[in-house]
Amino acid sequence: MSLGSDILRGDRRALARALTIVENQLPEAEEIVREIAGHTGRAIVVGITGAPGVGKSTLVDRLAGHFLALGRQVGILAVDPSSPFSGGALLGDRVRMEGRGSGVFMRSLAARGHLGGLARATPRAIQLLEAAGKDLILLETVGAGQSEVDVMGYADTTLVVVVPGLGDDVQAFKAGILEIGDVFVVNKADRPGADQTARELRQMLSLGPHKPWQPPVLSAQAQSGAGIAEIGQAILDHKASSERDPEVGTRHVREAERFLRQALADRLVEAAVRRAKAAGRWLPLVEDVARRRKDPVWAAKELAGGEER
Amino acid sequence: MTGSSEEKATRPIRVLVGKPGLDGHDRGAKVVARALRDAGMEVIYTGLHQTPEEIVEAALQEDVDVVGLSILSGAHNTLVPRVIELLRTQGMDDVQVMVGGIIPEEDAQALRQLGVVAVFGPGTETEEIVRFTRSCARGA
Ligand SMILES: Nc1nc2c(ncn2[C@@H]2O[C@H](COP(=O)(O)OP(=O)(O)OP(=O)(O)O)[C@@H](O)[C@H]2O)c(=O)[nH]1
Ligand SMILES: [Mg+2]
Repeated sequence: MSLGSDILRGDRRALARALTIVENQLPEAEEIVREIAGHTGRAIVVGITGAPGVGKSTLVDRLAGHFLALGRQVGILAVDPSSPFSGGALLGDRVRMEGRGSGVFMRSLAARGHLGGLARATPRAIQLLEAAGKDLILLETVGAGQSEVDVMGYADTTLVVVVPGLGDDVQAFKAGILEIGDVFVVNKADRPGADQTARELRQMLSLGPHKPWQPPVLSAQAQSGAGIAEIGQAILDHKASSERDPEVGTRHVREAERFLRQALADRLVEAAVRRAKAAGRWLPLVEDVARRRKDPVWAAKELAGGEER
Repeated sequence: MTGSSEEKATRPIRVLVGKPGLDGHDRGAKVVARALRDAGMEVIYTGLHQTPEEIVEAALQEDVDVVGLSILSGAHNTLVPRVIELLRTQGMDDVQVMVGGIIPEEDAQALRQLGVVAVFGPGTETEEIVRFTRSCARGA
């Protein structure tokens, strides 16, 4: 039995193994991806982003419970940063999960130096979860508070989570979160200032361009579960709205383009390096770049040769 | 670039650090988790009060090489065998189990007999735990 067909049969161990394989870009990955190809692209992918500690994981857990109760098959991907020094990572998002057992499949991913708040393997991981039958995938980004725009490209719906407190908000608004959110959540609404934060957010959003979907601003207390049902409904509403509007519903096209570019880049680079090595040009060129005798961009141009024109 | 043997060699070791049972002290577990991360490993920390079932399910989903259990409650003689039994039922015999906590020597011996690869007492240097984790994950 191949790993791909085991995943399609719902074997959780096979899914876990395959996630490791795509995460490490092992050679078997291509075969698996080919096997599951016809079984992807069906899930609603919900990105959850926001500054560290705003309650993303708690919210993810409560949303998982909410959608499970609605009969959904839920998968979770949670990305945490890797240490730039050791390459290791502390993946702590499971701490907030309320023992949902095998009913929810959750995988923690280390960013491994990938910028943008996600891991490089994220799109592949989403496909694997879809092949395993998950039809609602919650994707928690690194809590960096900025430059998490990547999530837009991977998710059908992006949730931006903020907490009460003016100082933080102004900073967050500056970091461009207004543009990426489809649904805004003011979490920790048990704390003072939640209403004001929500009001300010709404006001700033109303200044933006008029779009077919106006992002709602919802208050929540993830810890107690207050407001979760409304967020769940907003996610489904947004999905329905993007299906009506071709401008919004293009995650799969964006994704396809990115995949194609990546695959093409990998192949071209590999071929160019192989050719340069065979011609005995690779090491001298590396040496030249290392000794600053040549600029890397210039050296690359030299190697790319034919393809460049 | 597609996978190569180089990348395989640098594939990070994944470790689950869990606290089964009822005791509420996770300082030690956190110190170990941090030390393993600083040694370049990817550490999944599950938090307090986990059942053996939850720990094994997490280990399965996260596809870890090693499971480290921190137990200070004295319930190691029931919790650890249960974790090992559940790992076997899932076909996860290749996952190495380490235990940390206050474990009397005769209990430690019994746990080793069950398949636990290491039992670390309270005073163990984190370097030793790191070294051991690395060797048993790679030797597996
Ligand atoms: N007061 C209050 N605290 C909350 C609420 N929701 C979550 N928290 C707490 O906020 C803290 C951080 O929650 P997490 O869910 O780990 O936050 P996070 O955004 O995932 O954090 P990182 O992944 O580290 O960026 C925890 O102590 C939660 O219990 C809430 O509605 N009210
Ligand atoms: Mg989190």
